[in-house]
Amino acid sequence: MTLTPVITEHWDAPDLYTIEGYRRFGGYRALESALKQDPDAIITTIKDSGLRGRGGAGFPTGLKWSFVPQNDGKQHYLVVNADESEPGACKDIPIMMANPHALVEGVIISSFAIRANHAFIYIRGEVPNALRKVANAVAEARRAGYLGTNVLGSGFDIDIVVHAGAGAYICGEETALLDSLEGFRGQPRLKPPFPAVAGLYASPTVINNVETICNIPYIIDRGLDWFRQFGTEKSPGFKVWAVSGHVNNPGIFEAPLGITMRQLLEYAGGVRGGGNVKFWLPGGSSVPLLTAEHLDLPLTYEEMAAAGTMLGTGTPMIFDDTVSVVKAVTRWLEFYKHESCGKCTPCREGTYWITGMLETFEHGHGRESDLELLVSACNQIAGRSFCALGDAAATPYPAALKYFRDEFVAATHTPVDDTFDPVASYIHAGAAAR
Amino acid sequence: MTISDQTLERMRELASRYPQPRSALLPMLHLVQSVDGEVTTDGINACAEVLGISPAEVTGVSTFYTMYKRKPVGEHHIGVCVNTLCGLLGGDAVYDALSERLGVGHNEPTADGKFSLERIECQAACTHAPVMTVDWEFIDDVTPAAAVDVVDRLERGEQVLSTRGPAIRTFQATEHTLAFPDDGLAGEGTSVDDKMLAGLRYAKEHNMSAPAHGQEA
Amino acid sequence: MTENTTTEIVPTVSVTIDGVALQVPKGTLAIRAAEMIGVEIPRFCDHPLLEPVAACRACLIEVEGMPKPQPACAQVVGEGMTIRTQQSSEVAKDAQEGVMEFLLINHPLDCPVCDKGGECPLQNQAMSAGRGESRFEGEKRTFDKPINVSAQILLDRERCVSCARCTRFADQIAGDPMIELLERGAQQQVGTASDEPFDSYFSGNTVQICPVGALTSAAYRFRSRPFDLVSVPTTCEHCASGCSLRTDYRRGVVTRRLAWDSPEVNEEWNCDKGRFAFAYLAEGRITTPLVREDGELRPASWPEAIDVAARGLAAAGSRTGVLTGGRLTQEDAYGYAKFARAVLGTDSIDFRARATSPEETQFLRAAVAGAPIGVTYTALEQAPFVLLVGFEPEDESPIVFLRLRKARTRVVSVGAVATRGLDKMGGELLAALPGQEAAALRDLPADIRAALEQPGAVILAGERIAASAGAPSAVSTLAASTGAALAWVPRRAGERGALDAGALAGLLPGGRPLIDAQARAQVAAIWGIDTAALPGLPGLSGDDLLTSASRVGLSALLVAGVDPVDLPDPALALRAVDTAAFVVALDHHHSAVTERADVVLPVALVTEKSGTFLDWEGRPRPFGQVFKDALTMSDATVLGMIASAIGTSAGAWDVNGIRRELTALGPWQGARAVVPGVQPQAAAGAGFRLASWRELLDAGVLQEGEPFLAATARPSAAIVSAAAAARLGSPATVTVTGPAGSVTLPLEVGAVLDDVVFVPMHSSECSIYRDLGARIGTAVDVTAGGAA
Ligand SMILES: Cc1cc2nc3c(=O)[nH]c(=O)nc-3n(C[C@H](O)[C@H](O)[C@H](O)COP(=O)(O)O)c2cc1C
Ligand code: SF4
Ligand code: FES
Repeated sequence: MTLTPVITEHWDAPDLYTIEGYRRFGGYRALESALKQDPDAIITTIKDSGLRGRGGAGFPTGLKWSFVPQNDGKQHYLVVNADESEPGACKDIPIMMANPHALVEGVIISSFAIRANHAFIYIRGEVPNALRKVANAVAEARRAGYLGTNVLGSGFDIDIVVHAGAGAYICGEETALLDSLEGFRGQPRLKPPFPAVAGLYASPTVINNVETICNIPYIIDRGLDWFRQFGTEKSPGFKVWAVSGHVNNPGIFEAPLGITMRQLLEYAGGVRGGGNVKFWLPGGSSVPLLTAEHLDLPLTYEEMAAAGTMLGTGTPMIFDDTVSVVKAVTRWLEFYKHESCGKCTPCREGTYWITGMLETFEHGHGRESDLELLVSACNQIAGRSFCALGDAAATPYPAALKYFRDEFVAATHTPVDDTFDPVASYIHAGAAAR
Repeated sequence: MTISDQTLERMRELASRYPQPRSALLPMLHLVQSVDGEVTTDGINACAEVLGISPAEVTGVSTFYTMYKRKPVGEHHIGVCVNTLCGLLGGDAVYDALSERLGVGHNEPTADGKFSLERIECQAACTHAPVMTVDWEFIDDVTPAAAVDVVDRLERGEQVLSTRGPAIRTFQATEHTLAFPDDGLAGEGTSVDDKMLAGLRYAKEHNMSAPAHGQEA
Repeated sequence: MTENTTTEIVPTVSVTIDGVALQVPKGTLAIRAAEMIGVEIPRFCDHPLLEPVAACRACLIEVEGMPKPQPACAQVVGEGMTIRTQQSSEVAKDAQEGVMEFLLINHPLDCPVCDKGGECPLQNQAMSAGRGESRFEGEKRTFDKPINVSAQILLDRERCVSCARCTRFADQIAGDPMIELLERGAQQQVGTASDEPFDSYFSGNTVQICPVGALTSAAYRFRSRPFDLVSVPTTCEHCASGCSLRTDYRRGVVTRRLAWDSPEVNEEWNCDKGRFAFAYLAEGRITTPLVREDGELRPASWPEAIDVAARGLAAAGSRTGVLTGGRLTQEDAYGYAKFARAVLGTDSIDFRARATSPEETQFLRAAVAGAPIGVTYTALEQAPFVLLVGFEPEDESPIVFLRLRKARTRVVSVGAVATRGLDKMGGELLAALPGQEAAALRDLPADIRAALEQPGAVILAGERIAASAGAPSAVSTLAASTGAALAWVPRRAGERGALDAGALAGLLPGGRPLIDAQARAQVAAIWGIDTAALPGLPGLSGDDLLTSASRVGLSALLVAGVDPVDLPDPALALRAVDTAAFVVALDHHHSAVTERADVVLPVALVTEKSGTFLDWEGRPRPFGQVFKDALTMSDATVLGMIASAIGTSAGAWDVNGIRRELTALGPWQGARAVVPGVQPQAAAGAGFRLASWRELLDAGVLQEGEPFLAATARPSAAIVSAAAAARLGSPATVTVTGPAGSVTLPLEVGAVLDDVVFVPMHSSECSIYRDLGARIGTAVDVTAGGAA
């Protein structure tokens, strides 16, 4: 399968981030055509396109939009989830830095479709450069008449607020994001009601991922058939893959859904130093890890599920033989413990406990009996926590144990740094020596 | 009172951007950090007053998010990603080198107040691992030596460019951007680097492209 | 208006729980549905009066068709649902045990020293729903212990299970979000802002609903173990809200009070005064009767003291005035009402130890005394509109405040201060200068009049209408002309009962007019006396008794629990006591009156007797005796002894006998007095008008001995508008000067009408009657800085 740059097609144009640059390549053409359509027709188009959310869960976007009650006399809101904080996920931030107008155009069209007059782009606070790029694009779009009242004479009013978060992975969870955007602690909300019915300010709200929204102008501009030729029946379209880890050429690669990891690896220059893939994760730390035997599976929602993992954010992380899986898993759990919002018991206390146990393994004094206790503790979180963060925290260890039990057993007597020289996994040879 | 009338005015301006004023709380706290260098009690009370909520509510919010600091940070706040990917690919060594160079640990400022250091979580830059941030601007693909060099240059007052973004300013300047993101710096520095272009370049070199509109198979 | 008793047909759904099929009202939560068949699902964050959060996950159950276990506390039962709890589902049992294990990993094992030990939901549910052994062997999280979230409330953070009951209570119920969850993850903890303590009037409720021993009160901490306590259901004696309480005691001493469940009244809440102000019960009691000899009070035997009192009172006879204060049970107030009329032949009796007026007297006779229960808490909750006149619910009847807040009813307060309490009810102010409420009611805006015309609309008039000329008349007329229901909300617990018992000149028990022949006959029959023995004409009010004591030739005073400082002219009151030839005081504590009395007779405290308070609704709130072996006698019993010493027995004097008489009499069915028709009066004088009321926590005698509670009171301040403050030059302190003197207080800017200054009526820093000689509405001077 070849690479198919669409969202990334003109990233090498130095002024793509400006409205002039974006328009030079056909930017805002989709908006002009969308505003002439019936909003419902746009929802239908997106439904028929089969576009699935790129935020991790892969929920069909058009279907989500259709849940918004129409003619209810209420304000509707569109919220863009640009909180990208999942370990391994690094595609939305580059998109916003390189092609912010695609997002802005997507937001305007999507808002028009769901009849929202206010849209919010919630960007994690730690990335000011993405924030200013998007804010600049919004300001340019406003000056160009794409935002504000009566956009392009269509009678449609829309305003976008670019909003900075302040450091909390949980705010990527859509209801926690809403609470955060309302100025509260970012803890998830009880559902029902679902955001489509009562979201931001208790009004009907659609929350979509950055990449999802960036797909919209291209689908509107180029049509359903064009879009559906990429990918598979159940996973149509293309994807901005961000390949990281022990590869020679890490970076952003845009290709259809259904491409294999082996192909992506090839485009990324292969494993560094000609080494082996020890384990890899298709899309973030919240999906179960896979091994070299899975490199030829098509990267689609359905195939990944069949392999016992998930496509997630579609941002593969590759680890070679130099990496201790015990250390990797411990680090992820330290992350989940740090990011647990504290609301529910299983996630708050479970991540505390599991992380403590894993740290004993990392230091070489894990107890063999704890191998099963850890599984049991993970099972006490999975499916029982308030939101999916807890489920995510319960994911890395069981998958790692399944493929690398020996390493955990070894960590009952030998510190992992003795087995795996940390320096060996550094990407820059000899980095430790300054 | 560290919160001036002018700051209060800007807080009200933030509040007016949203259908419900409380939505402005996160940007307002960033604004507090941009003037006070941390979330001060005065800042908390000012937010509470502008929004008509209790200081405890503001405190609950400000302590939830890691970017809000309860004690002063350095003029430059340095973060090193030590999450699995960056950490194992060299971030751990970068952190250790900086900690040694600065003589401080996690979330501590140097005695002269010039720098502070933090072990940070994944910055959505795994393709650029290991990454560090200075005042939250990216210094990508960093080595311990390069990291220490950044500190040395900042200490000497030299200009340091972010690898994806404008020249490094200060922690407080960035906090201002977080409150008012359209800071006029969108055109500064490079934002799209080799790694972001890896796929596009490969495609061009190998004559790969997405079928154009009307070209569908 | 009467209580809403329409029985709506509530739609039901069928559900099967653990194999048992049942019907439950639509919208029922699974956790409550399970209770209906006797299945107790573990829970921590769940509280029936708080909105569900489903945070603790202790209540997970299996719902057929759902892939994951669901929290029973948030799962609404749907038609045809099949639910399996821990009783019949391994999944649910395992999930619950797992959560319990998680809750315990960081919980300290300090039950033996924890206040909650023995009555701790965590301890209990860990036994019933947990696994025996903890598999956790790591290091427990620790916090510095304990921290004060207020002077009264302490927090041991390591015990906290993050159920957020306390913070949700503070926010949702009290409207005081001064405690919040801080930090996140395993570091999440309850706390306050760094410079604002949890000084909520309702803070004690959080201690009660905390399912672990994380929140404790300074008053009770380490005082006792629950299993050493004896508990008795009681009624709060502090105000007319009528809260059900539970009083716990050990070895003859009250150790704590809790709010008790009373769905129609206080639900499960109470205020901090009711919860914590009980130290007075144990301190400074009068232990023996005292009689004056050679100018000095000396201990005396009961027979001697009764004899002296009987002789003195019999000599004065109808020239005796009776002042009963506002704190008596209905039975004791009835004792005084009967004693005055049947034994002494005087009608000069008054229960009101506060500012009053003849207009109020007529209002009470006409509109309140002996009236059946009209406006209820439920009616308030359902009312489309509530108008407050001379009434600040948060301070003067806290449970009314909570109910209005809960109802989110539209509330408009006629007054001079847009208070914090009004803000928390989402209410609006209708401006009226202090003492000028009547004019505001006369010129009511059309929209408010229209709002009052809606079915179910209510006017709540507080005790302060008494001193606002024309206000009692105006509220009566307004109610009549709009059809709104009118309720009078007195402040003290005993006022409504005393009024119905006839402890007011011109009124016999049950609201009977003294001058009505039929009424007289009914009462005389019950008392077993000749109708002619009853006084023929209405006597003097308390005010008149005091102002004209010497002029009318008053020769004796019979006084129960009156603190002269509560009266608008304390000095005059004391002079009247001094001039009266013979003074008998019945009290449990010494006061300026007992000091001056000729005979002092010690009487029982609320804990030493049974009785009834009528709350503001007119609802009887009976309570039992806490200390069954107490030797003290109630006021009525003591009066009965004097009566028999005088030689007139006049029926029963014991609690049960009095209740029988009250029941036999019932409320008056005949014609009532007409409502007063006093016109609004223009304010006289120039300067700042004084606005004032009794704050909930102040220098009241029943709050003595509880420093932690006192420390949570609002700091005393003179509150003026921003404009007025600017005119004064925004000084830190101001001096308020009235006819009799000055006080210097911190200046505070508030939502007060211009030209009005608010000063607390009776705080530890100032008392307007005593220190200023001013009343509500009096023109006072306000000057910058301290008194020169
Ligand atoms: C803990 C957690 C973190 C998440 N973080 C993100 C995020 O950073 N960005 C994102 O788009 N979705 C994130 N999600 C998924 C969102 O909840 C939501 O599914 C998504 O934003 C929907 O957008 P989509 O339908 O366009 O994918 C996260 C979910 C969880 C449980
Ligand atoms: S202090 Fe008590 S009530 Fe409050 S969150 Fe903790 S356990 Fe719950
Ligand atoms: S992540 Fe906070 S409780 Fe699940």
